Amino acid sequence: MRVTILYFAWVREAVGVAEEILDLPDTAHTPLDIIAYLRTHSAGHAAAFADTSRLRCAVDQTIIALECEIGDAREIAFFPPVTGG
Amino acid sequence: MITVRIQTDDFNSGAELALIEDGVGAVSSFTGIVRGQGGLISLTLEHYPAMTEQVLAALADEAATRWSLAHVTLIHRVGPLYPSDRIVFVATASAHRAAALESCAFLIDSLKTDAPFWKKESFADGRETWVDARESDAHAADRWR
Repeated sequence: MRVTILYFAWVREAVGVAEEILDLPDTAHTPLDIIAYLRTHSAGHAAAFADTSRLRCAVDQTIIALECEIGDAREIAFFPPVTGG
Repeated sequence: MITVRIQTDDFNSGAELALIEDGVGAVSSFTGIVRGQGGLISLTLEHYPAMTEQVLAALADEAATRWSLAHVTLIHRVGPLYPSDRIVFVATASAHRAAALESCAFLIDSLKTDAPFWKKESFADGRETWVDARESDAHAADRWR
């Protein structure tokens, strides 16, 4: 499945890009599956995705838990807990 | 009327309040200001543009329904900001004070935990650090659920 992956804040800095288009393996059903896959891409990805407790995920602009099914997602974003306001 | 804006420019709190005073009994507002403690030189606000506006509009809708508000205004600045700059503005207008005050608190508490903004701090000694989310903010938002 081809998806756009977005990164924000220190996740973006660690990965080194803000956005990439990837073909996910058929075995990737949840954000946790995608995280496991992304960790193998580069040292930067491995650093960004080392600690899942510091990561949040939005699928098509809606926040979901890391263990939830992503369905037919088109845009998947990974970022730290938000700190606006 | 619901107004949601994400912008790099400053805003005029007084002018924003005047816009929602007509025909209501109570207007309440919250303005967040950049604190300059600990040698902070600047703050950079990053956000997820495609999601931010949706989240803020949904929170404004929820508040308008829950407290029967006549008006909601949410403004959040992004980009580089400096100590004493205005960063966020929430204003609510309703017939009575309790609805205006409570909905204003709900909106700023919920915005802090739900809206995809991230702050990076730059200090006088050259350090740059991403601000960590605070447990107390999560508790503040939880009281409205």
